[in-house]
Amino acid sequence: MVSKKKKKYSSGEGAQFMTRKAALKKLQLTLKDFRRICILKGIYPREPRNRKRAQKGAGGIKTLYHTKDIKFLLHEPIIWKLRELKVYQQKIRRARAMKEYGKMRKYFRDYPDINIDHIVKERYPTFVDALRDLDDCLTLCFLFSTFPSLKRVPRDQSMLCRRLTVEFMHAVITAKALRKVFVSVKGFYYQVELEGQTITWIVPHHFSFQPQNKNDVDFKIMSTFVEFYTMMLGFVNFKLFHTLNLVYPPKLPASFSAEKDKDLIDEHTYVAERIAAMNLSLARVEGANEAEELPEIDVFPTEDEDPKKLEEAKLEAEKVKKLKTLFKGLKFFINREVPREPMVFIIRCFGGECSWDKDHFVGATFDESDETIAYQIVDRPSMEKQYLSRYYVQPQWVFDSVNARTLLPINKYLMGAVLPPHLSPFVDKIKDQVYIPPEVAQMNNPDFKPLDDDQSGTDIEEASDEDKEEESEEDSEGDADEALAKQYRDEVAEDSPSGEDNDDEDDNDDMDPQKKKLAKEKKKSMAVTTGVTYKEHPYQKEIEDKQAFRLREKLVRKKHKKLYKSMKAGQEERKKEIWLLRKKRRLHDEKVKEEKKAEKKKQRMQAFEAATA
Amino acid sequence: MPPFRTGLLKRKIDSKESKKVPEKNTSEDESGDSEEYDLIGGELNVEGDDTDSEHEDEKETGSDQEQDEVLFDDSADSALSGDEQVEYASDESSELTDSENDEDSDDGSAGEIDDEKEASDSVDSGAESANGKSKSQTKTNVQVQEVTAKTKQKQKVKLKNQKQKKTPYDDKQTHDSINRLASTIEKTSVTQPVEQKDEYESGDTSDEEERRNTVGDVPMWWYNEYQHVGYDLDGRRIMKPPQRDHIDDFLKKCEDPDFWRTVRDPTTGQDVVLSKEDLQLIQRLREGRVPNPEHDEYQPWIEWFSREVMATPLRAFPEHKRSFLPSRSEQLQISRIVHALKMGWTKTRKQLAEERRKRREKNFYNLWGSATSEEERAQRGIHKHIPAPKRPLPSHAESYNPPPEYLLDDKEMKEWNKLSETPWKRKYTFLPQRFGSLRAVPAYERFTRERFLRCLDLYLAPRAIKMRLTIKPEDLVPKLPSPRDLQPFPTSEALCFRGHTALVRSVDFDPSGQYIVSGSDDGTVKVWETSSGRCLRTVSLQEPVSRVSWLPTGALTLVAVAVGSRVLLLNPGARVGAHRAAQRTDELLQEPPPQGDVRMDERTAACVKWDEVSTEEWALGIRIAITHFKPVVHLCWHARGDYLCATVRDGGARAVVVHQVSRRRSQLPFARSKGLVQCALFHPTRPLLAVATQRAVRLYDLVRQQLVRKLLTGAQWISSMAMHPAGDNLLVGSYDRKCIWFDLELSSKPYQTLRLHGGAVRSVAFHRRYPLFASAGDDPYIVVSHGMVYNDLLQNPLLVPLKQLRGPAVRDELCALELRFHPEQPWLLAAGADATLRLYS
Repeated sequence: MVSKKKKKYSSGEGAQFMTRKAALKKLQLTLKDFRRICILKGIYPREPRNRKRAQKGAGGIKTLYHTKDIKFLLHEPIIWKLRELKVYQQKIRRARAMKEYGKMRKYFRDYPDINIDHIVKERYPTFVDALRDLDDCLTLCFLFSTFPSLKRVPRDQSMLCRRLTVEFMHAVITAKALRKVFVSVKGFYYQVELEGQTITWIVPHHFSFQPQNKNDVDFKIMSTFVEFYTMMLGFVNFKLFHTLNLVYPPKLPASFSAEKDKDLIDEHTYVAERIAAMNLSLARVEGANEAEELPEIDVFPTEDEDPKKLEEAKLEAEKVKKLKTLFKGLKFFINREVPREPMVFIIRCFGGECSWDKDHFVGATFDESDETIAYQIVDRPSMEKQYLSRYYVQPQWVFDSVNARTLLPINKYLMGAVLPPHLSPFVDKIKDQVYIPPEVAQMNNPDFKPLDDDQSGTDIEEASDEDKEEESEEDSEGDADEALAKQYRDEVAEDSPSGEDNDDEDDNDDMDPQKKKLAKEKKKSMAVTTGVTYKEHPYQKEIEDKQAFRLREKLVRKKHKKLYKSMKAGQEERKKEIWLLRKKRRLHDEKVKEEKKAEKKKQRMQAFEAATA
Repeated sequence: MPPFRTGLLKRKIDSKESKKVPEKNTSEDESGDSEEYDLIGGELNVEGDDTDSEHEDEKETGSDQEQDEVLFDDSADSALSGDEQVEYASDESSELTDSENDEDSDDGSAGEIDDEKEASDSVDSGAESANGKSKSQTKTNVQVQEVTAKTKQKQKVKLKNQKQKKTPYDDKQTHDSINRLASTIEKTSVTQPVEQKDEYESGDTSDEEERRNTVGDVPMWWYNEYQHVGYDLDGRRIMKPPQRDHIDDFLKKCEDPDFWRTVRDPTTGQDVVLSKEDLQLIQRLREGRVPNPEHDEYQPWIEWFSREVMATPLRAFPEHKRSFLPSRSEQLQISRIVHALKMGWTKTRKQLAEERRKRREKNFYNLWGSATSEEERAQRGIHKHIPAPKRPLPSHAESYNPPPEYLLDDKEMKEWNKLSETPWKRKYTFLPQRFGSLRAVPAYERFTRERFLRCLDLYLAPRAIKMRLTIKPEDLVPKLPSPRDLQPFPTSEALCFRGHTALVRSVDFDPSGQYIVSGSDDGTVKVWETSSGRCLRTVSLQEPVSRVSWLPTGALTLVAVAVGSRVLLLNPGARVGAHRAAQRTDELLQEPPPQGDVRMDERTAACVKWDEVSTEEWALGIRIAITHFKPVVHLCWHARGDYLCATVRDGGARAVVVHQVSRRRSQLPFARSKGLVQCALFHPTRPLLAVATQRAVRLYDLVRQQLVRKLLTGAQWISSMAMHPAGDNLLVGSYDRKCIWFDLELSSKPYQTLRLHGGAVRSVAFHRRYPLFASAGDDPYIVVSHGMVYNDLLQNPLLVPLKQLRGPAVRDELCALELRFHPEQPWLLAAGADATLRLYS
């Protein structure tokens, strides 16, 4: 009996993957539609373990999709919609060709919409899943909310983005979920914590839209992404508003609308503008209780949990609770030149009240002349009219205070002052081999003295510097063997019976030749000298250990040798980077110090001259 | 075909014929014939022209009258010239008949005329079949006859002029005829049906041509190499006229006044003289004007289809019924609208738009509200979903006001600019910048692009789960006990023995460890005292000493020295070691062994010779000398001291020679060579011999005379070998920088391969008492290692490199040539290439 020969690639990795071309053929879609459906459904190519086998022996690099993903797409009802759309587009084309413009307009007017609610649900079965994937969504929506109407981006899309992002910010304000903020050259970074998920997004600076080269940016793709993201963000907003007992779509509180009982031409726009100003809290669902503080975390003593960790978590929770009320009861006035939206968002997130010039934007609640204003945020070197009852601070103070989780002393942030560096709150402090700028170190440890204060520096710095020096020394020599030889010579010198002599010689470095002569004379005249205690080289042990380690390094298994080398190289590189940063800082500080000194001297001279004259 | 085009064609043919005529008139025979052809051709052309013009107008009117008109006109026109012509016509007709009678034999002409007649008949029949056949129709035929006669006559008299005049007349007449037609249409109420007229019926003009080329529309250069240019209707070749060369051309140019307007017809190869009209036509074409000079571009436009109701319809079919009946579907539509209005269903356009907007507006609801957890689980999802990795969070460098160390200095800025072509190699994706205040921060240029790239990543980048290593590099280094716990071992150089003048090849301790013997390339063997480093004795042997080896038993004091191809057994002398032992050695070696015992086979005798020692040599201390057939490279004493194994360079099968000192005889243990033998060692306890060739080590049982084991080292070239004193482990050094440890009990594969050296390993050594071994070679370090062998067979040896000792100075890329451990103390002795011995303690 002859068994049928198994065909190659009919099982295993060869059958698991599909090239894009094969997928297109299977789905009977054009590349454009396939791209669209991939974006909407979140299908992505996979990297096979063995590319050669996955490509069924074909050479080159192909885009491979998982066969099951393609089968999954095959059952998607949207595919039929896409095919129908194709027919519809043909109709439009025909109408245009026949110059039946009325018909064409009608077709355009009734262009069918594709409903993708079920895809949102399918991709994110739970609310938390959606929150976890919100980073890109928010960043893109915030970007699109600044876009004008483009050829590939419908106007209502950017309007919708604007609406949704404002709604989301309102939700964050109500939930007091903002944790970290950062002003980068790219834009404003915000980090919020919702349902235990940290979400980070970027809001570009003003005037972020610039016409892009066609080869650089394909707005069609981004627009497809936004199509999905708006859907997702809408549902997330609804859920957030729902959990926060807010009315969705957002409405202004009844008191406000009663107060402004005027005949409005376009009430809808009026309300939308007020909501976009973000200065008013939104209408709540009737009958919902206001106080919704999280209960205290109960501590269950469990064995496997580290009590230290638990303690830390508790401390963190305490800090966060404090952070939520950072600006509570404080009134801020935002000057015209300060970016209004981020400021309002941050201040309101931490319980502060704020306002601005009412000619600047709608929704101002109080005037500049209000005496209860505690801080006025200004970004100009000086002002003509100043109130004594308030502090004039630069906007960075707000950001730094939030990151520091306390109200920082304002003396460094006063109007017209040269600002201290603005540091990223996102740098992982636990990871080793990370450069920590002196400002951060100072913040963490109040005893920390920066380098410029004391040349010797603290012991930690010193030790690390010492290490560094050693490293660099060895690096400069290039050959570890040389270093070994040197150490060996040292050791020999120490071990040899004439150790004292060597020690003497070591000491002699700072002795003047006259003393040397004297010592020689002394030696000549036979005499008993007081013994010198054998002083072990302080790094003797370390050197020995290092040497032994270097020998042991050679016993790393051949299998791991490359890995070991690359890891070591990485370590070295990071070390070098840190070293470079530290060096640059030192040089900078020295330069600044010198300049300061020179200026002082100059001032003193001037004062002296003035006095003499 | 556009009318002017047909006119053009016709004119061309006309001109051709007209040109042909004078030529043919010269030949008497054919004159009548040709005339007739011409005449008929001309006449038919006229008629063809008429039909053409008729076709033009036929679209608008069924106009047989037009033809009549034309013909009338023609006759009228001709009448202008006078009555004479009429007379001519009658004459001419008679002549025609004459010629016809004369030349009955000519089939072609007869056929043509028949054709012509048929055509006229068919015109008749066509006219007959038409509805309203009027007298004018019959008149037409008569007129045709008349005209033919007339034209024939014209041909005869003034051939060219008449002809050329004809066409302009025709055109003019057509225009006039249109006007006249309009008037006649208005006058007559009777509509005449369109008469179908076959143009072939009236006689195809093209058939009439004499030299009609039938090759069709092919490039004429196909005929370049032939005598002919095609075939006429009967299939006869149309021969090319005689070709003219340049001179002919020139002559013709000089002679012929018409040369400038003579062109060659490619289809027939004939010269054609262009007429004046032709030239005019060409000129008009070049100027981009209408070719026909008679054509009036600005003639008044007649609005046929106007809103004015005519007495008679322009078109000859009745109106459709639906044009005067009210529409049913419209009625239905209207009734529907009326009903909707009555019921109040109709919406304004604004309302509709509002509705549409509502429909389009996205309405959000609680998507995650209702579903239970089970439902959520049942939801289909992506197979083995890999969530996209998040973007890394910004560092301090990205700040709008970063700490000063993150700003690029001049050097870094230079590098940054240098990498402008390859921006992905830069340190940051953005340029760290410092802005004094927030208001100075501009929009980030690449923001959109970065988001776009992220989008691309999300849907286009292949994803895979990669395990990230969380180990530190230190974890890959094997955990070994600290060297400090494995003391004692030599840690530093204690003594340096100077005295040799060339590199020291070999050293050895005496069994007690008190003395050291060394052999050097300067041809001396020196004996040193270990404790003081004093040289006790120097034996000068002239030739470089390659190997020294002290007898391992303490009973005798004897040193085996390999000098060139000789092995000398040297008694270091009375001052060295125990006086009595030296004396006993001398006594033992002085008397020769019993001769009967010394029996060497021929093969051995051929390569080894036990020499008598001369008195001078005896005085030097040499007691026995053995001469080999090749230089000796390695020596090894058996533990009991009676046997000495010498390895000869390039000895082949005879590379290993075992000498028995007591009997003064030698043996060659191997019959066949297994490769280049590097060295051979005796097993310390068992009767085994280890022989190292280039890549493998073989263990032979000397008693049973067989191979016990072959050890595959994996090295390229073995340099040296050392046996552990317990005899179960073997250390092999190789020139490719490896030290290979074999556990003989475990496997024939290496237990461990140590790559501790940066250069070739030249020597390895075991300590006799301590668990130490050392290796040295061309790199300037000697590595001392801990090599613990356990009695428990289950426990593998523990190898720990302990210390790198600075070796002797490097000379000519050589450093340490041989290593020996002190028999008792943890001291290491190295023979250096810098002519010194170093003792490490």
